[in-house]
Amino acid sequence: MTLVLLQGVSLKLQSETIVENVDFDVDRGEVVTLVGPNGAGKTSLLKMIVGSVRPTAGTLFRTQDLRIGYVPQKLALGRTMPVTVARFLKLAPGGTGQQIEEAMEFASVAHLSGRQLFQLSGGQLQRVLLAHAMIGEPNLLVLDEPTTGLDQEGILSLYRLVRDFRARIGCAVIISSHDLEFVLANTDRVVCMNKRICCEGSPSIVSASPEFRALFGGEAAEARAIYTHAHGRRREDDRSPESARGGLRNLH
Amino acid sequence: MVRAALAGLAIAVASAPLGCFVVWRRMAYFGDATAHAAVLGVALALAFDSSIMLGVFVVSLAMAVFVTTVGRNTYEADTMLGVSAHAALAAGIVAVSLSSNSGINLEIFLFGEILAVSYAEVAVFWAVAAAVSLLIYSRWTALIASTMNEELAHASGFRPRIEQLLLNLSLAALVAAAIKVVGALLVTAMLIIPAAAARAVCKTPEQMAAAATVLGGVSVLAGLAGSYRFDTPAGPTMVVCATALFALSAASSFIMSRIRGQS
Repeated sequence: MTLVLLQGVSLKLQSETIVENVDFDVDRGEVVTLVGPNGAGKTSLLKMIVGSVRPTAGTLFRTQDLRIGYVPQKLALGRTMPVTVARFLKLAPGGTGQQIEEAMEFASVAHLSGRQLFQLSGGQLQRVLLAHAMIGEPNLLVLDEPTTGLDQEGILSLYRLVRDFRARIGCAVIISSHDLEFVLANTDRVVCMNKRICCEGSPSIVSASPEFRALFGGEAAEARAIYTHAHGRRREDDRSPESARGGLRNLH
Repeated sequence: MVRAALAGLAIAVASAPLGCFVVWRRMAYFGDATAHAAVLGVALALAFDSSIMLGVFVVSLAMAVFVTTVGRNTYEADTMLGVSAHAALAAGIVAVSLSSNSGINLEIFLFGEILAVSYAEVAVFWAVAAAVSLLIYSRWTALIASTMNEELAHASGFRPRIEQLLLNLSLAALVAAAIKVVGALLVTAMLIIPAAAARAVCKTPEQMAAAATVLGGVSVLAGLAGSYRFDTPAGPTMVVCATALFALSAASSFIMSRIRGQS
């Protein structure tokens, strides 16, 4: 069952093409990872899925019962608006007191409930945003580069939290990310985009594809090493990072 | 004097929550542009012989919609708003002085004339205040969510663009009412200064809106008293009082944070 379906979707701002002719879909319960360089249109694609930006071409379908939990890349919140964590969580639609308590418990942010949002560290804020996303019991969790600015430990614990979140709610997940080694090991499908979709498929297929290598170069080779390692397979690829970076150079 | 106090309190009640949104959304210049456009509205109302309040409302609303939708991509927002605000003010003053009805006193619209309001006007101000408060109260959660993060609001099923439009409408209505009380030049001051003063001492958006209402009301009454006592213009005296409250609140929060930091 498809939750969201995009057919031939493009987004142009002024005369600049941000997203070009993208076909994309998410099924119930599926984990999809969106990878691509900065400026590849990942955030714009997610914004179209969430509904805050309309595609300039193509069609976008959503199921009637779509409930999105969204974790933005950053909350551009200055010090001008005083909001405590508890107050912020009450903004989530349809949240009962009990759901809010449970979500705070789950994301281990209960001890922060009286703190101001702008005083939180990056990792704390991401956990609060996840708690917020959880309250509406979404069937689709959308995360836009949720680990930006976190340290290695923060990244790990955030992904663990997302995994537990999914185990608990049973929702589909779309995540855009730069953390190749983490996401490739924990996803059903990888979609690699650079304005248009370059390649997609299971992590093993995508990480071996030349388009993916061209975009990510040595990082891809390393990620693949970790990925294949994590799955107990023998490393089939012994191209050196240098030769993979050569691919990146050819692209430009 | 009673009429002036009632008129000022109506403006304080309407502008406090609206001013909070202006502060939260970093729209101070947006408030300026909308308020300065009011002078152009006065000129047009005179030219077409229609109600001044209606003219101001229509032109302010047009300006509000213009600056939220047009021209954001080519110029930085503050440049665009700076151009719009001062262009509207200048064009308005030129247009008023060109109009056949040149016996009209521009100062009334620039600085307000609260001591000359009638009971009928007071009633209109309170109607505007009630309408704005009711609108904001009824859509409070959606407005707060939209102000914090547009995508998050969309995901939660709110429609931030509608909320923006409602804020524009409220702002235009407030400007149309407030121009007689504090004048086009100081409308923004009554919007943002009480809200900014409230910011330092509050923990939630609700507290801030409530505190801004109280501080705005106190500024109006103290300003009127001061204006009577020292024979100064009422609108600017109110703004001076609001600024004094802002300074007090900022200083007290600074001292409190120092004390907390030391213990």
